[in-house]
Parts: sequence; structure tokens; C-alpha cells
Amino acid sequence: MAFDYEKYIRPGKLPHIWCPGCGHGIVMKGLIRAMDSLKLDMAQTAIVSGIGCASRLPGYMDCCTLHTAHGRAAAFATGVKLAKPEMNVILVGGDGDGTAIGGNHFIHACRRNIDMTYIILNNKIYGMTGGQFSPTTPTGAKASTTPYGNPDPCFDIAKLAIGAGATFVARGTSFHANQIDKLIAEAIQHKGFSVVEIMDDCPTTYGRRNKFKSVIEMMNHLKEIAVPVKAAEKMTAEQLQGKVLTGVLYKDETKTEYTAEYAKVIERAKAAK
Amino acid sequence: MEKKLPKIEIIEKYCKGCHICVEFCPTKVLEMQGFVAAVKNLEACIKCMQCELRCPDFAIKVITE
Repeated sequence: MAFDYEKYIRPGKLPHIWCPGCGHGIVMKGLIRAMDSLKLDMAQTAIVSGIGCASRLPGYMDCCTLHTAHGRAAAFATGVKLAKPEMNVILVGGDGDGTAIGGNHFIHACRRNIDMTYIILNNKIYGMTGGQFSPTTPTGAKASTTPYGNPDPCFDIAKLAIGAGATFVARGTSFHANQIDKLIAEAIQHKGFSVVEIMDDCPTTYGRRNKFKSVIEMMNHLKEIAVPVKAAEKMTAEQLQGKVLTGVLYKDETKTEYTAEYAKVIERAKAAK
Repeated sequence: MEKKLPKIEIIEKYCKGCHICVEFCPTKVLEMQGFVAAVKNLEACIKCMQCELRCPDFAIKVITE
């Protein structure tokens, strides 16, 4: 039987604003399947986002949603989680929103290890504002503000998250659509700050400037560069050049979670009175 | 035994014509008719659900028994 996505979508909101071939819709479907598999209570689930193409996602979802200032999704979500620790808090944002404008909020949310899931849709560009280069635009790639090639080295979001202290880090691609829901479901179940980076395609502002003739070519490119973590163990550094690892990259269940730690602070403050 | 065919529902209002379903269908069931996807050869459908899974626009439903 066909999966009923519309059960989780606000009535009358479709069709969405994303461009033809944009992978954000595929990720949204993955998120819906993940939420369905975990049987999350929609009234107890909050999806928080900042500004950008990817950040339009909560607007379509029929649960508690919060569309906030640019890059500030992590800050608002921390507030939601601290006020209501029983809620499932999911953040959705793009690479520019998460690692440039909200880079500071992102690393500190990682450091705190607060029980939230951050889904970063990495399309390597600022799509909504006209294709400016972002911190994840690969060196040499063309963007509207780097017509002769991007001179900057790019961020590896997964490594950044691990370095900053996130306790669950996974990566998928919009080509591997059936893996997205499994990664997101595992991330939601993890107690602590979990980051799921989805390598996405932006045919409109990235693809046409970087010699991708069609959406299909971009999708096939994602297929070519993705290497599952287990397969990568048997590969040499030379073979892994230009590839991205997919799957669960890092998991640490030993670190204490922030809201649990904060509850202890409240207890101590009450006892001191 | 006669093969049970699924029903492929394409919501034309949602379809943006990205070609993903047409290209990723392993048995070439779908085709583009103008700007939207359409069913060309339902007989060939193997119910792999790739079109439904990959459609970014929530436009395809493969209804099986």
C-alpha cells in the first residue's frame, strides 16, 4: 500500500516551494517515514528551523513547529527542550543556516549534548538568496559570488559535529532515499545531540553553474561519491579521495545529556534554599 | 495466473516535471507528457516503489493491494 504522507502534512500546503528536482522533498519524506516508524506523537514533537530553503520544511509538517531567525534554530530549540524536556525536538536547516550564520549556535548545541536531532540538508550553496557560496561549497566550485571558482576550503559538517562534541553523527544522501528514514529514526532515538547530514542536490543554483546538465546527473553524482562506512574501512586513502562517507559515523552513549544535568542543578538550587 | 497490476496515481497539481521518476524507474513504466509525468506502460510495473520513494514533490502514489 502506498505510504500516506499527507497524514503528516498540513492540509492545503502542497505543492511545496522547492524547485523541480530539489532533494529537500525527498528528505522531508524520509523524516515523515522516520516519525511514522517511531510512532511519534505529533503534539509532542517540535520541528524547529531557521531561514533558508531547507528551513521551509517545518511549515509543511502537521506538528508543533517553530520557524525562527536565521541560524538561530539551535538556540530556540534549546529553549523548547529545556522548558519541555519530554518533547521530541527536531531541527531542520541548510548548510548556510547551520554552519555559517548559525555556526556558533550549532557547535555549542553539540558541546552541550542536549537531546535534539539536527538534520542538516547540505546542498553546498545558499539556494534561496541566489546561489552565493557557503562554508560547504567545495574548493573550486562556482557560485554566483565566486564565478571563477571558490578559493575557500570547505567544512566537513560531520567532522565539525564530532569535534564539537555531538554524540551521534550520521550522513546520508538524497539519492539513497531509503536510508534517510533509518538514519533519522536512529538519530531521534539517540539520547543526546544527534546530527544527520544529508548531502543534497540544488539543481537550480549549484547544478547549472557547475556543469551538471540535469537533476539526474546530480543524483548520480551523489551515488558515485557516497561510500558506506563499512566499505570505506577496506579502501585506501587514495581511493577515498573526493568521496564522502555515509551511514552512522559516530556514536557515543557515555556522555551525560544536558536536560538531565540541568534537572540536577534545579534540585541543588531547591535544596540550597 | 494473471499478474495483479498496481494503480499508479500521479497528482498533476504537485508534479514539477523533474524527471526523477521517469529516469529511476527500472522498467520504464513512466514517461513525460509535456511538463508532467504520466504512466506509459503499466504492464511493466514491478511495484518496486522507486518512483513513490524518490518523487520530491509527493506527486506519485503506487497503490497495491
